[in-house]
Amino acid sequence: MIAFIGRRLGLAVLLIFGAITIVFLALRVIPGDPASLILGSQASEAELAALRTELGLNEPLFLQYLHHLADLLRLDFGESWRLGADALSSTLERVPATFTLAGTALLITIGLGFPLGLYAARNAGGWGDRLVSYSSLVGQALPSFWVGIMLVLVFASALNLLPSTADGTIWGLLLPAVTLSLPFLGWLARLVRNGALEELGKEYVRTARSKGMSERVVFYVHVLRNTLTPAVTVLGLILGNFIADAVIIEVVFAWPGIGSLLIDSITNRDYAVAEAAIVLIAACYILLNLLVDVLCSYLDPRISLEAV
Amino acid sequence: MTATEEAPLLTVSGLNVAIEGAAGTVQPVRDVSFTLAQGDSLAIVGESGSGKSMTSLAVLGLLPEQATVRAEDLRFDGAELTGLADPDWQQLRGEQLAMIFQDPLSALNPALTVGYQIAEMFRRHRGWGRSRARQAAVELMAQVGIPDPAARLRDYPHQFSGGMRQRVMIAMALALEPRLLIADEPTTALDVTVQAQILRLLRQRQRDGLALVVISHDLGVVARSARRVVVMYAGTLVESGLVAEVYPAPAHPYTAGLLAASPRARGTAGSVRPIDGQPPDISALPAGCAFHPRCPIARERCTVERPKLRVVAPGRESACHFAEEVLTGEPTKRGTGAAHG
Repeated sequence: MIAFIGRRLGLAVLLIFGAITIVFLALRVIPGDPASLILGSQASEAELAALRTELGLNEPLFLQYLHHLADLLRLDFGESWRLGADALSSTLERVPATFTLAGTALLITIGLGFPLGLYAARNAGGWGDRLVSYSSLVGQALPSFWVGIMLVLVFASALNLLPSTADGTIWGLLLPAVTLSLPFLGWLARLVRNGALEELGKEYVRTARSKGMSERVVFYVHVLRNTLTPAVTVLGLILGNFIADAVIIEVVFAWPGIGSLLIDSITNRDYAVAEAAIVLIAACYILLNLLVDVLCSYLDPRISLEAV
Repeated sequence: MTATEEAPLLTVSGLNVAIEGAAGTVQPVRDVSFTLAQGDSLAIVGESGSGKSMTSLAVLGLLPEQATVRAEDLRFDGAELTGLADPDWQQLRGEQLAMIFQDPLSALNPALTVGYQIAEMFRRHRGWGRSRARQAAVELMAQVGIPDPAARLRDYPHQFSGGMRQRVMIAMALALEPRLLIADEPTTALDVTVQAQILRLLRQRQRDGLALVVISHDLGVVARSARRVVVMYAGTLVESGLVAEVYPAPAHPYTAGLLAASPRARGTAGSVRPIDGQPPDISALPAGCAFHPRCPIARERCTVERPKLRVVAPGRESACHFAEEVLTGEPTKRGTGAAHG
């Protein structure tokens, strides 16, 4: 177990290193000159050149990369010229907001997706099952930014029930969290339904019935336990996707999380902050996957972590 | 059939199973009848697809939804089983009727501990508390010969060997001291020494009054575990009788063929002679006797007229037009049927 986690953490460092490299290259390939953005259009050529030198933009790309890596080893992502503060700490400040949003969306996804999937499996072929299946398909097909805008139009503008942007209350959290969870809620419901139906056809179910177990016990003890493992695997992926999707949703709802910070810093060529945000999101994704693997081995005793 | 079975514990009479499929309806079990008294043992023998497992699942009401069961009489301890409501089935299963399945690895729940799966019998049927049920599970595991039961309680099925898993199945099935146990190929997945241990365990329970139905394609297993035998072919019974009488002198060429294919069953070392051909496709049975394409003594009549199960000697039944011939080994000297006459 310890060895497994150690090995996976080593792998995680490699992955994060890869992410850093890609981000570094991508940010320097996109058009636009940070120096002219910082100083504005009135700046003289001399001023621009001086700033480029100060920022190290005149060095060969490879040297820039090495210097950059050395800085990152000291957890120094550089300074945000826009916010005038340390890039990493300005990004970390936004973490709680994004986690609150993703966590709420996860609660909604589990709280609705699981019961709906189980209900559909127990009533397989019935109209309730079909309703769940079709609506989950629709939920998956609609783009989040559009759903977000529609929800704002209906619940904030027309009905005036909920705030359209973050206002620090639970109500302000509701619309973005629902928007974020909607496609994954349907995905989870279908996954739970199909998983439970597949398990219901297995031989151990017949054994449980031959032991005189009621259908409730067969379903909610024997089948459910075996449906949990694949569902938890997917929940890890979903949570990772929440953090990634939050980038768009946070902009739509003006949510003060990493996502909106990332978009702002990319449009303003604030490399340091953009990079800190991307690396942080990647790290979250990687650590979540590790967490899921550990949780799965606990739920399904056949999965041996040593063999992974 | 025999005089000792005045009030049978299990009566199966005219049992038919039909399964609706995409390619139409198939009949894996046709007109099967047998009885079983308390403490007695019956073997159902046949190749895979002969309908032996379907028959036993029908007795426990465990056939899939697409299957329809029709029977003149399907009775356990005097009570009719067809059309039984779910709660009544749940009362009966585990308490009175129990079943052991062929492959204990897939028949056990992979995500629940062995201790939970055994203790569950006491908790759900008897309403016992956790610690009391667990204690009973430990005792059962010790009874069926699982070493160090208190520690193994927390293990999962995949952590057990094949033989130990089958013991877990048996412990579960016997937990509430049922009166009838159906064992579907109970030892097929096991090596020979473990087979012997498992069979000994079952025989021991039988002496305490357990009625046993053993389903197997292995006549050797049957010889050591059952008193009576019925042989199934393509969904119907083709022969029935006492094991001690059928083995030395079968009354159906199919039984004779099975015996020739299993030297262990005859107790003699010698060449193994498999039956020619494949078991028939039950959705397209040959006309006449279903066995005739593979039968060494088949004649004209066998291709047109389906033989009925009939008494051929005291306590012996056979569904062969030429059963007497097979039994005595008289006119035909060339076929499989005559080999053991």
